[in-house]
Amino acid sequence: MNALADPGAVRTTCPYCGVGCGLLATPDAAGGAAIAGDAVHPANFGRLCSKGAALGETIGHETRLIEPMMRHGEGPLGPVSWDAALDRVADGLRSTLARHGPEAIAFYLSGQLLTEDYYAANKLAKGFLGTANVDTNSRLCMASSVAGHKRAFGSDTVPGSYEDLDAADLIVLVGSNAAWCHPVLFRRMAAARAARGTRIVVIDPRRTATADEADLVLPIAHGTDTDLFCGLLVHLADTGGIDAAYVAAHTQGLDAALAAARTRVPDITATARATGLAEADVARFFAWFRETARSVTCYSQGVNQSAHGTDKVNAILNCHLATGRIGRPGMGPFSLTGQPNAMGGREVGGLANQLAAHMGFSPPEVDRVRRFWDAPAMAASEGLKAVDMFAAIGRGEIKALWVMGTNPAVSLPRADAVRAALGRLDLFVLSENVRTNDTAACAPHVVLPAAAWGEKDGTVTNSERRISRMRPFLDRPAGVRPDWWALAQVARRLGFGAAFAWTRPADIFREHAALSGFENGGTRDFDISALAGLSDAAYETLEPVQWPLPAGGGATARLFAEGGFFTPDRRARLVVPATAAPPAGEAEHPFLLNTGRIRDQWHTMTRTGLSPRLSAHLTAPFVAVHPDDAAPLGLAEGDLATVATRHGRAVLEVRGDAGQPRGTLFAPIHWSAANASHGRVGALVHDARDPISGQPDSKATPATLAAYAAPYRGFILARTALAPPPGSWWARLPVAGGHAWRIAGGDGPDLWRDWARGQVGAAALAEFSDLSGGQYRAAAFDTNGRLSFALMIGPKGAVPAWDALKDLLAGDRVGEADRRLILSGRSGAGTMPSGPLVCACFGVARDAIAAAIRAGAHDAAAVGAALKAGTNCGSCLPEVRALIAETLQPA
Amino acid sequence: MPRSAPSTSSAAPAEPLLVIGNGMAAARLCEELVRRAPGRHAVTVIGAEPHLAYNRVLLSDVLAGRTGRAEITLHDADWWRAHGIGVIAGMPATAIDRVGRAVVLADGRRLPFARLVLATGSDAIRLPLPGGDLPGVTTFRDMADVETLLSAARPGVRAVVIGGGLLGIEAASGLARAGVETTLVHLMDRLMERQLDPRAADLLCRAVAAQGITVVLGAASAAIEGDGRVAALRLADGRRLPADLLVMACGVTPKIGLAMAAGLACRRGILVDDTLATDDPAIFAIGECAEHRGACYGLVAPAYEQAEVLARRLAGEDAAYPGSVVSTHLKVSGVFVFSAGDIAAPGEEIVLADPGLGLYRRLVLRDGRLVAAVLYGDTADGPFYLDLITNRTPIAAIRADLAFGRLACARVA
Repeated sequence: MNALADPGAVRTTCPYCGVGCGLLATPDAAGGAAIAGDAVHPANFGRLCSKGAALGETIGHETRLIEPMMRHGEGPLGPVSWDAALDRVADGLRSTLARHGPEAIAFYLSGQLLTEDYYAANKLAKGFLGTANVDTNSRLCMASSVAGHKRAFGSDTVPGSYEDLDAADLIVLVGSNAAWCHPVLFRRMAAARAARGTRIVVIDPRRTATADEADLVLPIAHGTDTDLFCGLLVHLADTGGIDAAYVAAHTQGLDAALAAARTRVPDITATARATGLAEADVARFFAWFRETARSVTCYSQGVNQSAHGTDKVNAILNCHLATGRIGRPGMGPFSLTGQPNAMGGREVGGLANQLAAHMGFSPPEVDRVRRFWDAPAMAASEGLKAVDMFAAIGRGEIKALWVMGTNPAVSLPRADAVRAALGRLDLFVLSENVRTNDTAACAPHVVLPAAAWGEKDGTVTNSERRISRMRPFLDRPAGVRPDWWALAQVARRLGFGAAFAWTRPADIFREHAALSGFENGGTRDFDISALAGLSDAAYETLEPVQWPLPAGGGATARLFAEGGFFTPDRRARLVVPATAAPPAGEAEHPFLLNTGRIRDQWHTMTRTGLSPRLSAHLTAPFVAVHPDDAAPLGLAEGDLATVATRHGRAVLEVRGDAGQPRGTLFAPIHWSAANASHGRVGALVHDARDPISGQPDSKATPATLAAYAAPYRGFILARTALAPPPGSWWARLPVAGGHAWRIAGGDGPDLWRDWARGQVGAAALAEFSDLSGGQYRAAAFDTNGRLSFALMIGPKGAVPAWDALKDLLAGDRVGEADRRLILSGRSGAGTMPSGPLVCACFGVARDAIAAAIRAGAHDAAAVGAALKAGTNCGSCLPEVRALIAETLQPA
Repeated sequence: MPRSAPSTSSAAPAEPLLVIGNGMAAARLCEELVRRAPGRHAVTVIGAEPHLAYNRVLLSDVLAGRTGRAEITLHDADWWRAHGIGVIAGMPATAIDRVGRAVVLADGRRLPFARLVLATGSDAIRLPLPGGDLPGVTTFRDMADVETLLSAARPGVRAVVIGGGLLGIEAASGLARAGVETTLVHLMDRLMERQLDPRAADLLCRAVAAQGITVVLGAASAAIEGDGRVAALRLADGRRLPADLLVMACGVTPKIGLAMAAGLACRRGILVDDTLATDDPAIFAIGECAEHRGACYGLVAPAYEQAEVLARRLAGEDAAYPGSVVSTHLKVSGVFVFSAGDIAAPGEEIVLADPGLGLYRRLVLRDGRLVAAVLYGDTADGPFYLDLITNRTPIAAIRADLAFGRLACARVA
């Protein structure tokens, strides 16, 4: 245990990305908790990123769903007892089964469920209801890696460990903005670079913050990763880089893969042409890879979220298999997982093309699981993957759906169509821990209040196959239950009580571990049967541990150094990727829309969207566009633009970004109808998907970009939630003390004045109006003199920054000096706005950093020493460095 | 040639300069002369009131008991003596002998002058109402009026003040503070209608009412009733407002009788040019009695500006008076009101208000310049706005901060 840890601290795991950082949570008396990194957890050794560090700000009950809700007929949801809600779910499933058969039932799960919850859902569906229509949002995230792994290794195995990043001499990041999306791992890579000179190569069409710390940046053309790695395979073969002994002993298919690669990209010149890269850059990358034994290739959504994602994965794996650089210290391909328990979900069979415990749907496997579960109604073949599942719902073929812990009305491709489809169900059950989100707005019949992070009790598995305990440290609200419990209760009502008789998560975990070892005998990579006999007490104190962990064996840091793949002949396969034209815009949709994450938000913001610190970095949904693409459209920085595809439209704030390739756009995935009027980017994404993995291609939807007239801009601040006027453009974010809305549109000051007076009442409103100057501002104060509401609207560029008012919203009674100046946007003390937040961890704003630089802090370390900025998660260091360069630049 | 010290026994006798009127304009003129041309003129001030010059603006404070009578005297007798200025108080002038260059006093004395300054001020208007001469009916203009009111003001007494302008409000406020049960009657539908827009006037009305004053708007006075002494004011609509005291504060008229009798050109006031000279180049007029470019000012600031210009001219400088942009300050019992410029003029409006703090300001812009300002609750920025109006300063660069006052604008500049 960590000797320095507070004795009251609970060791648990972060609920965000797949790095799976260990945390120490110390509850306070007020229902909150202090969050710190767990110095002995092998994923992070105490480090946290901005999101993890802000977890304490996200555990309030303000937005929580705390009692079951049910809808009668077309009426609104109303609170009901758990018994009534569970009866309704069981009755609905029973009648759907009777009338339409098991294929009419589907479960849509989440990489944020615990392994135990996931196991319970999968078991109920595939063994007892008889439907394999169980898929998960991991389909959007990991499916191509899973498919690539299975094609190459015969199993869904990540062969290496994080410590390989410490030991590597070359780290290749493909389609990964690790600096923002896996910050703790990226700091680990940067530390290796500092300590041992590890070279970092970043392959990404878009120049991201990750590129700022790279030794070589390859701004590859969209969708040409396979060409690059085929070229690399050719180069390795032509320069004696193949490990002939390994290939001969442990692989199959090199000759065919090489021949296909030669046809595709015979040399460096051809590779450069195919990928749009400079020949010298390609040559340098190939030479580095060729000469560096200790090479790790990390890949993430830029590879996975593609119509050819599985081929991209295999093109990468081919190079590691051909060089034998796999399963050895400092070497290997490394899939960086996006969700905390994507891997745990895959372990239990949470995907429609998996059965359970890394078994598929072959008859012997189905029979084996049937016997283990003593299951009455085994699904015998693969079910529908996410996109197909929601298409089937839209067609009325699936009648009953249970969604757990995910927000498909935001996150799935063609999200508007998903929203419409959800309205067609006979039974729509939603297990959630927030009261409102876009999916909850789609008229579910039953909403079940699920335990949230901090209350959940179970296990998760991170990107390096490490199982960690997620332990509760907060009291569950009285009406809230864990997902596994709700599933088991429904199973009992359906007559399956004996198979769902668990009383605690440890019961489920033991069953799961036993299944992994059941008739395994080394034929399946996923085997944790050593944990099948874990006592309740041992489960409580389970240390983070990597699988495989077979009965009688120890934990496994790496696999495949000596072969032992899980194909029938135990040899890995080098795969011939299909040839495919790279994605391109269309005549009527000339841009390619790329989507992804930003540094300080997570998924659909139901948790990170509660944190003022995290929301201050990027305050509104935006579209990044190359300035030379923006200018001809009349778009300037901060303008609003309509981005439209065949499937939907969004109105986003323009951010000029010279690192954005010409002809492409980037928009973040996080905003939803719950926090933005026009920010649902999922609605724009096409449903093109990888033919093998079924993973949607979220990186290249043909799109248009056009100016959106919004002559008036401004903001609202309020202590309590309110609804901006219909038709206006807005984006909401949390601020200390309440909420803030960025607002924009064609509505002038007089209309906003009427709205504000309607919200607050004219008599109580402090107002500033210069209607002929286009300005209207208002503020209201509660009976204690605290600022409770503020609105400022005016011509773009002519509205004060909100910083001074935001500070007042968080504060106590507004002093008279401040109050008299409040509508000027300044505080009475004369403090000027402090600029945008740079370091979210310590709340350090741009102006403060610039001041420190001017005062002599001339490198990031000195800035950190002065202000702490960048010393926690480090994800703002690129911005800090850019600011140093900018500030110190001779005028 | 200026001399370094005042003297009446100089070898080269100083020019005799007479000032008729011993009010604020006269006092300021003397101060300026002392500063700019000491000893150059043999100055004598002639006043009808039996007091040294006092600050008339503070009469309402005296009435309200906030200030003692003696404290509003502008300069004590020593000051006048020390600077060699003769003061003849309590002695009206009765005629100007322009040919003989002398002023005749009520006691028959003739005082010769080389130059004469008329600073006779104005008379309070007495409404020609039936019963207007009943005891207990008074104006609110001078110390004598205040003495009358003070002697009658005590708790239990009922007073009616006619006139919802600056003076009337001040009188009503002072009476109310003295415990008098006060009603303020105004002909128009809002108080201070020439200086305030409806919203500011409404705020003021509420504040006045909050001091315990009953405000009756849109009320035409018809008659003063009483048997040997004022008992009530009857309104045109028939209402009867009982009154033990009745104060008429309905405005003033320039006091020009002397000038007219002397044949000086007059219209509403005594006509003066930009040198403040009447049509007799040896005779000047300043203050409320003067009419410059068609304007008679009823406020002290223009009088002071005129006094300064005239003093500079009398000191031999080449000064001219261009007219004044007037501003009105009202300050009664914590209520602060400021108005400047033509508040009814069309233009672009900037309005800033915080009802919770009792603050309101409205600025009127035209052609990129400030032309009017109404401030209620916080008038500290009044001079700032008055400067902008007076100097016709372009305000485009500070428009966003203009309503937040001088300091906010200074931060921008």
